[in-house]
Amino acid sequence: MPVTRDVKPRNGDVLLLVGTMKGAFIFRSNAKRSSWDVGGPYFPGSAVYAMAYDGRDGRHRIWAAPHSMHWGGNLRSSDDFGKTWTNPESAPVKFPESAGVALNQIWQIAPGREAESDTLYCGVEPAALFVSRDAGETWSLNEGLWNHPQRERWQPGGGGLCLHTILLDPRSLDRIRIAVSTGGMYVTEDGGESWRPSNQGVRADFLPDKHPEFGQCVHKVVQSKVDPDRMFLQNHWGLYRSNDCGEKWTDVAKGVPSDFGFAMAIHPDDPDCAWIVPLESDGFRCTPEGKLRVYRTTDGGKKWEPMTKGLPQKGAYETVLRDAMAADPLQPAGVYFGTRNGKLYGSSDEGKKWSELADGLPAVVSVKAVEISIPRKRT
Amino acid sequence: MSLVFVIPGPLRDLAGNRSEVRVKGSAESASKALSLLWAECPGVRDRVVTEVGRVRPHVNIFIDGEDIRYTGGLSSPVRDGAEIVILPALSGG
Repeated sequence: MPVTRDVKPRNGDVLLLVGTMKGAFIFRSNAKRSSWDVGGPYFPGSAVYAMAYDGRDGRHRIWAAPHSMHWGGNLRSSDDFGKTWTNPESAPVKFPESAGVALNQIWQIAPGREAESDTLYCGVEPAALFVSRDAGETWSLNEGLWNHPQRERWQPGGGGLCLHTILLDPRSLDRIRIAVSTGGMYVTEDGGESWRPSNQGVRADFLPDKHPEFGQCVHKVVQSKVDPDRMFLQNHWGLYRSNDCGEKWTDVAKGVPSDFGFAMAIHPDDPDCAWIVPLESDGFRCTPEGKLRVYRTTDGGKKWEPMTKGLPQKGAYETVLRDAMAADPLQPAGVYFGTRNGKLYGSSDEGKKWSELADGLPAVVSVKAVEISIPRKRT
Repeated sequence: MSLVFVIPGPLRDLAGNRSEVRVKGSAESASKALSLLWAECPGVRDRVVTEVGRVRPHVNIFIDGEDIRYTGGLSSPVRDGAEIVILPALSGG
C-alpha cells in the first residue's frame, strides 16, 4: 500500500477534499491559496465519490464514502484531518431489508443546516436519500421519496441511477431539493414526508415528450447561499437558471460551446456568478476542440465568458464530472476542479488565472472546497 | 464439531487480527456456516455480503477448495470440519 501523508491545517486555511477512483486526497493551503500541501492517499484502491466537511457546532470533521470494488462501501469520518478515520463494523448507510435492493455507491454527503447541527444527508445509488439525526451514527432511508410512485420509472444514466445533488433551503428546515440522474429534480416542503417533481422548463431531448413532468437527466444543480431562490442547473443538454428556488427554469445556454456538461459551481456571495465546464456531447464528453475552458457568468447567465488563462488550449481532451468542481467561501472566491485524467486546477481570483495544483492523480470524481475554523483547545 | 474460516488480509482487523477463525458448530449450508462467522466477527458480514444477503460480486468463497458459485451458491453443502476460504476476486482496474 502507498505511504500516506497528512496535512496539518491551521485556522483559516482552505482545504480541498478530492475524491478519486482510487482513494481520497486532502489539499491544504493558507488563505493566499498559492501553494498547497497534499495529504493522502486515503482508502487507496477505493472509489471516493463523496466527501464533505462538517464545521458545525465546533466540529472539524471530514466525511468520506470510500467504496471498495471487493468489500463494498462505508461511511467514514476523521476529526484530525485524515490522520485517523472511523471504520464502522456495520456499514451505517444501507437499505432496509424491505427495500429489496443493495447500496451501490454513496454519491453525496450533505451536512444539515446550522439549526440542525446533528443532521446529515446522503444521496446514494440506487437513487435514494438517507438521513442521520445523530451526527452520522445511525441512518435511515427517506421513505417518502423511496415510495414515490414515479420512482420506478426513473432510469439510470451513464453513472448509474444516482441521487447526486442535495440542496437544503436555509430558510426552511422542511424544504429540500434533490436531483436524480435520470429522474429530474424533486422537492419536499414537509421535511421529506412527500415529494413532487420540480422540472418545469427543463428539456429531456432523449424522450419523445421533450418537457415531461419528470425524467430529466439533471447532471448538477447549485443554489446561492445569499439568495436561495437563485439556482443554476446543468442538464444533459441544457443550461438553466431559476429565480424562484427551482420552480421554473429558463434556458441560459447562450455563448457556450456546448450546453452539455456535468460540473457547476456558484459564487459564495454573488448569486449572478457561476462557473461551468462545457463538454462536447453526447458520446465524446470531453472538452470541445481540445481546449480546457471554464465558462463564467457574472450576470445570472445572460452571458458566459471563457476563462482560459493558465489552462491548456491544445490537445486537452478532459472530462470534469458532476461533483468535481467547487468554490471556496473566501474573497475573492477560489474555484477548483479535477479531471478524469487526474489533473487538479485552481484559481484564487474567481477564474481569471488558473494553476495546475496536481497532475497524475487517479481519475477525480469529487472536489469540495472549505475554509476551516478550528476551535481553540480549552486550557 | 467446528468450521475454519480463512480471512483475507483486508478483513483481518475486523476479525481480531486473525487469519483463521475457528467457530464451533456445524452448518448444513454455506449460508448457515457464514452466519456462524457473522456471530463471531460481525464486522466481516457487510464486507462479504450485501444487505440483501448476496455475496458481493467480486468476493469469492471456497469450501474445501471449491468455489461455491459452482456448488450451489449459499446453499452449497458444508461438511463438519470444512475449511471455508474468503478471497477477493482478481478484479480491478
